[in-house]
Amino acid sequence: MTPFRLSRSASGRLVLTTAEGQVHEGVAVVRAFPIGAPDEGVALVSAEGRELAWLDRIADLEPGSRELVEEALASREFMPEIRRLVRVSSFATPSTWDVETDRGDTSLVLGGEEDIRRFGRDALLIEDIHGIHYLIRDLGKLDRTSRKLLDRFL
Amino acid sequence: MYLRVIMGRVSLPVVRRSSLADNVAATKRFTRSRKKSMRTAHRVRISNIPQPPSPGCVTLHTFPMKNATPVPIPASGTLPDRWRMDADAQIQGSEEVLAWLELDLDPALRFASGIVLLTDRRLLAKAPHEAEFSEWPLRAGLELQLHDHAGAGALELFDGPTRLGVWRFTLGRNPAAQRLALRFEEVRDDIVSGGEVRRPPSPLCPRCQAPLTAGQDECPHCAEEANAPPSTWTLFRIWRFARPYRRQLLLGFVLTLAGTAATLVPPYLTMPLMDKVLIPYQNGVPIDVDLVLALLVGLFAAAVLAWVLGCARTHVLALVSERIGADLRSSTYEHLLKLSLEYFGGKRTGDLMARIGSETDRICLFLSLHLLDFATDVLMIVMTAAILISINPWLALVTLLSLPFIVWLIHLVRDRLRHGFEKVDRVWGEVTNVLADTIPGIRVVKAFAQERREAARFRQANDHNLAVNDKVNRVWSLFSPTVTLLTEIGLLVVWAFGIWQVSRDEITVGVLTAFLAYISRFYIRLDSMSRIVSHTQKAAAGAKRIFEILDHVSSVPDPAQPVRMESVRGRIELRRVGFRYGNRKILRGVDLDIAPGEMVGLVGHSGSGKSTLVNLICRFYDVSEGAILVDGVDIRDLSVSDYRSNIGLVLQEPFLFYGTIAENIAYGKPEATRAEIVAAARAAHAHEFILRLAHGYDSLVGERGQALSGGERQRISIARALLIDPRVLILDEATSSVDTQTEKEIQKALDNLVRGRTTIAIAHRLSTLRQADRLVVLERGEVVEVGKHEELISREGAYFQLYQAQARNVDIEPDDPAWQAIPAPGGRIASADPA
Repeated sequence: MTPFRLSRSASGRLVLTTAEGQVHEGVAVVRAFPIGAPDEGVALVSAEGRELAWLDRIADLEPGSRELVEEALASREFMPEIRRLVRVSSFATPSTWDVETDRGDTSLVLGGEEDIRRFGRDALLIEDIHGIHYLIRDLGKLDRTSRKLLDRFL
Repeated sequence: MYLRVIMGRVSLPVVRRSSLADNVAATKRFTRSRKKSMRTAHRVRISNIPQPPSPGCVTLHTFPMKNATPVPIPASGTLPDRWRMDADAQIQGSEEVLAWLELDLDPALRFASGIVLLTDRRLLAKAPHEAEFSEWPLRAGLELQLHDHAGAGALELFDGPTRLGVWRFTLGRNPAAQRLALRFEEVRDDIVSGGEVRRPPSPLCPRCQAPLTAGQDECPHCAEEANAPPSTWTLFRIWRFARPYRRQLLLGFVLTLAGTAATLVPPYLTMPLMDKVLIPYQNGVPIDVDLVLALLVGLFAAAVLAWVLGCARTHVLALVSERIGADLRSSTYEHLLKLSLEYFGGKRTGDLMARIGSETDRICLFLSLHLLDFATDVLMIVMTAAILISINPWLALVTLLSLPFIVWLIHLVRDRLRHGFEKVDRVWGEVTNVLADTIPGIRVVKAFAQERREAARFRQANDHNLAVNDKVNRVWSLFSPTVTLLTEIGLLVVWAFGIWQVSRDEITVGVLTAFLAYISRFYIRLDSMSRIVSHTQKAAAGAKRIFEILDHVSSVPDPAQPVRMESVRGRIELRRVGFRYGNRKILRGVDLDIAPGEMVGLVGHSGSGKSTLVNLICRFYDVSEGAILVDGVDIRDLSVSDYRSNIGLVLQEPFLFYGTIAENIAYGKPEATRAEIVAAARAAHAHEFILRLAHGYDSLVGERGQALSGGERQRISIARALLIDPRVLILDEATSSVDTQTEKEIQKALDNLVRGRTTIAIAHRLSTLRQADRLVVLERGEVVEVGKHEELISREGAYFQLYQAQARNVDIEPDDPAWQAIPAPGGRIASADPA
């Protein structure tokens, strides 16, 4: 049983009501480990940046709140996962990559090779020139062509 | 009615450079050594701070007049063709499009396209996946809000508390969104007040709001940086550095030509030796001693000549290449120093050092040895071929037959080898990176007893290095023997064809011998020539990295025509200053006027943007939005070094260079007299402790120098700032790292420093800001309160809370360690993250 209630206001903001009846509007849902363990450790943070509640797992929430939390996460978190590299404009940077992601096809401009960072053993975090982070969760699961293209930058 | 522009309301644990330190090591690149030579690989990014692309800086004034025919899309604008049709269909009569935002995300943040249009009467939007446009006539109560988080922006339309629509886009479109939101506010207000929709009085740059001059389409400060990759023919660019030495190079070339010709004489002389001496002798003719003597003397003379010419050639060219290398090194370093802090923030020290040190050395080696050999080889081949053809065209043809094969083979392996070597370079980076991470942090490593783990990390990087090298060596090991095999086969063919021709009396034995002598040299050269492939690739990779530094344009560029400022009075104005680092918004809409001579204290929690603001005022970074004016002039219009010479900076942890104390004090003004130095030290309350040192002002400090306490170092740095007599003084946590007793001494020194100067001070301990004329309270990148200490206390706002929090600690125990432990990490100037 969670000690708070979640709802959505007319303005589309997430509203959290604590057990004591305090109401916080504009609550943000934040993952503590968005890459390493996205499903563990989720915080509900007030508009002022204060932590209001901590969830060990989203799955622990009751159905109604869980959907709200998941919805909020979906509209807040933006870290496209690259599934395939289709084409790269050049092997020298800056280079424009056409990629397929879990959020559809797009292209990104890689400013320099140091913007590709290894994250743990298999994951790569790629930051484009606009500061958007793209994730490759498992290098080994990419197809051969993508790996070959990527290899030239690693 | 006002437009609320709300940016990322929660500062979030976005993955940041610093927090990734461990993992970064695995992908960052550095130097490596292959067969004892140090080399590097590390790419320069064009810009660390993402510059949103156009249409960010397209002006708003180029729209057609109202009574224009309904083609309201401005010709100079960037409304993409694919939206033009759709937009035209929506526009009624004289309506004109004033701004637009192309959407590239849907509400679930999947990539999809849509558009939001602002006309002089409506807001039109076609959200992704929707077939039709929705429209909202502009009226009172409508409000657009803009915010972004982690690379995705949101534009929301509100009618009072109700949200009418939300549109999402990636940060690249942010300038367009900002422009749309600003224009929306203006147009709505004009409509609400019942008047005509006004045009902006003078065109403004949509990003920084700076007025544009007539005919200027883009704000020069916001002009986009090119995204083109550097050319692959980088090695040729070294010509820029070789030009001054072209005479010596020409001399070297002539010597090479002559030397090569001299080495080709001996085989030619074997022909008569064979045909006129040895074979006739076998057939019973006595040996012609004079002829033999003449031929042997010829052979000896040719050898000596080749030796002399070879020595001269090597000497001249080695001299030149060494000078080219030295010039390259100096130029690169000079350029590097001009780059912004932002550049240094994104780079590792070790890598930059390696680039300037060993990369230039490798290029130098390539020029003096490998390129020289290659040139000789080519000459040798051309000359040999000419001689062979002149002796016997048919045999020459057969001899040269294997040449195309070898060329093909070289071509085949070239690419693979180059990528291999590049990879090897980068992997070597990992190895040095581990060292660069661990050695400075050795105290932490030892304190947490993690030597074993660090060793494992190093071993892992080393193993990776080994694996990559093995892979490259596999290709390489196949390459050389294959070339040798081909040359052997080539020789075989010459033997066979030669014997056949001799048997048909088409050539003499002497000719065949000469051919074999030539061709064995020829093939040896070809073999060594094939090695040039890898050397060239390595040098090219090195040149590329050097030129990456040289090509990097400072993100705080000097203006083309800097405004001259005779004497700075010290008025500082901040106009809607915004700053973004990566996708994190650090400052937003900061407005602040600081009068000459005023002392302003910046107060706020760590991470509130105080240090960033100071960094922007020093122009270590350029603002993302807005402008900073000093005495009414945009600091971007001033020459960087001129401007900085007016700023004195005292940092939390003063950096002392290796040298004497006097040299350190005079760092900003090397020509200072001893009297000036002593006066500055006195004013900084450093004089007495300096006299207590064994060598007084001549005591060595800095790395491996005399150990000074934090307070002593700080006072030296204050003296350093005093000596240049700056108009603007910046104290960034100048007293945070010392105890209260020392702080009092430093405070006395600071009081001397502050007098009569525009001062901006950052301090966690509010007590140190007592004498400030005004306090500016920052909270999450925004100014929340401005006023005197007493005013702010009576207002009971953010400052009051900060003050209370500190005062409570003081009341308990003035010298309580907890008081010292009030977080003072701040962002130091030299840190990678300016937050």
